[in-house]
Amino acid sequence: MEPMMTMMKGNEALGEAAIRAGCRFFFGYPITPQSELPAYMARRMPEVGGTFLQAESELAAVNMLLGAAATGVRAMTSSSSPGYSLKQEGISYMIGSQLPCVVVNIMRGGPGLGNIQPSQSDYFQIVKGGGHGDYRMIALAPAAVQELVDLTILAFDLADFYRNPVALVGDGLLGQTMEPVSFPPVKTTDDDKDWALTGAHNRPKRVITSLELNPENLEAHNRVLQAKFAAMEEREARWEEYRCEDAELVVVAYGTSARIARAAVDAARNMGLRVGLYRPITLWPFPGEGLTRLAEQGVRRFLDVEMSSGQMVEDVKLAVLGRARVDFYGRLGGMVPTPREILGQIQELMGGEA
Amino acid sequence: MKRIAGMPESMSAVVTHYCPGCSHGVLHRIIAELIDELDLRGRTVGVASVGCSVLAYNYFETDFVQAPHGRAPAVATGVKRARPNLFVFTYQGDGDMAAIGTAEIIHAAARGERITAIMYNNSIYGMTGGQMSPTTLMGAVTATTPYGRSEENGRPYRMAELLAQMPGTAYVARTHVADVANIVKTKQAVRKAFEAQIRGLGFSMVEVLGNCPTNWGMTPAESNRYVLTEMLSYFPVGEFKDVTKEALAGVHA
Ligand SMILES: Cc1ncc(C[n+]2csc(CCOP(=O)(O)OP(=O)(O)O)c2C)c(N)n1
Ligand code: SF4
Ligand SMILES: [Mg+2]
Repeated sequence: MEPMMTMMKGNEALGEAAIRAGCRFFFGYPITPQSELPAYMARRMPEVGGTFLQAESELAAVNMLLGAAATGVRAMTSSSSPGYSLKQEGISYMIGSQLPCVVVNIMRGGPGLGNIQPSQSDYFQIVKGGGHGDYRMIALAPAAVQELVDLTILAFDLADFYRNPVALVGDGLLGQTMEPVSFPPVKTTDDDKDWALTGAHNRPKRVITSLELNPENLEAHNRVLQAKFAAMEEREARWEEYRCEDAELVVVAYGTSARIARAAVDAARNMGLRVGLYRPITLWPFPGEGLTRLAEQGVRRFLDVEMSSGQMVEDVKLAVLGRARVDFYGRLGGMVPTPREILGQIQELMGGEA
Repeated sequence: MKRIAGMPESMSAVVTHYCPGCSHGVLHRIIAELIDELDLRGRTVGVASVGCSVLAYNYFETDFVQAPHGRAPAVATGVKRARPNLFVFTYQGDGDMAAIGTAEIIHAAARGERITAIMYNNSIYGMTGGQMSPTTLMGAVTATTPYGRSEENGRPYRMAELLAQMPGTAYVARTHVADVANIVKTKQAVRKAFEAQIRGLGFSMVEVLGNCPTNWGMTPAESNRYVLTEMLSYFPVGEFKDVTKEALAGVHA
């Protein structure tokens, strides 16, 4: 039977997808532009026997998440940029303690309080660390509401599989976008993991900690974490190539800017220009492999488009490694590029080369 | 044969890292005895904080999770909400609870989380080498108040009295462990706090005055005298909130 399609806003679809993934614990704190998500969870959680809790701060919320995750259940928190900054403490501790969870960042303009408009300027923070210590976390960046649903469910599975937090990254535009979506049936999850804190009844006690005072042991622990990160890099890079087969120029963009860039690519194709789109779906691990291949196959220029001053472009350059030219176009402070602007950039670059 | 002495089952048979004469161990033992007596071992999750007691998880035979500095009440909230049948307690220092973790403890109390917070108040940051804490007494010399705590540092505040005002608290007390009679009283208070959680009455907290001979620069005996004189004169012992009796009488039913 075909699953039912419903019209839903991104933020709410994310919440419903989390519930379908078996998430029963949500800890939040209000911040625009993600507030519909906690509101949805506050309404839905009691209906499915779950718990929604409004914390006193993002610090408290992420540490409640740590506590819930330590008992083996599927749990989530969400925020937007200034709040995501506060979540870094808990993320670092959860990675050190090998606890699975999902953390959502619906990015807005910064730095500081910035504004509430869509932005992609937290890429560095999400992808390069943010918190303290040598760590990595998978970051998923959907570009449409159905993909948001699918990646939310995937996020919980990946978190459990690797015992590591997973970031789900969007912006206010995706959160507000209303599109038809279908949901898979509700999953039943196994919360009785062999490391979960459930009370030392008829078994030895279990301890979850990120502390290891002996440097030799802490190095060994870090090696274990690094091996997990290497496995993620090996297996979890995801991306989409659109009209790249014979492209001379490839636009690289993720999330909202990829959606806009796609329209620009179609317009360019209509004008006879050989242009494609490369859309990273995981921001970490960064899917550089496909870019390297495209550069080797003869793509001569890449145009990286972001709603930031140029953060992901550093990873694009590393993947291309001088085999082709990499240009950048960005809008800042909550400004969103238009397809026409991007098309203009494409024309300028291709014209300049002719 | 009747056993008259020995280690509580909930206490690990290991040597602790605490300094000689430090009372952290006394408070650990009280908690472990009560976990045994109330038959809680198989459903307990302790939450260790950041301070000298950060390694508490090595000393209890119960499940444990280690929280970031000050966040133990939030972590405990997550544990308890996820698995309400668990018995959940935090073990925090005065710096952890009354400085960096003020927001977390106040709101856990205000929400009436069914958890128990134990605070070891030695009026100093023990682990980091003896700096001023929010409960350091006026005039006290510490690493960061080399001329003595003065008005510009503000005055020490009283956590138990503060939490007693929170709507969600069921039981709040202050005790000390500087002599035998009061070790016994501390155990009675912690028992009431644990029972308040078990009966689902709300948040419970016991602030326990204890020593830090190392960072106070005193012998263990001198440090206990400091608790009995200086600390007790600023931090009175007593029960500041106790709804357990009303609950028994059906007033809160
Ligand atoms: C975020 C953060 N800030 C500071 C520290 C350093 N630190 C470790 S223990 C501690 C104070 C502990 O004092 P208290 O809670 O009174 O416990 P005690 O050692 O006295 O038992 C501090 C500031 C830390 N670990 N994490
Ligand atoms: S530093 Fe103070 S509180 Fe810490 S173990 Fe030593 S005596 Fe106890
Ligand atoms: Mg202290």
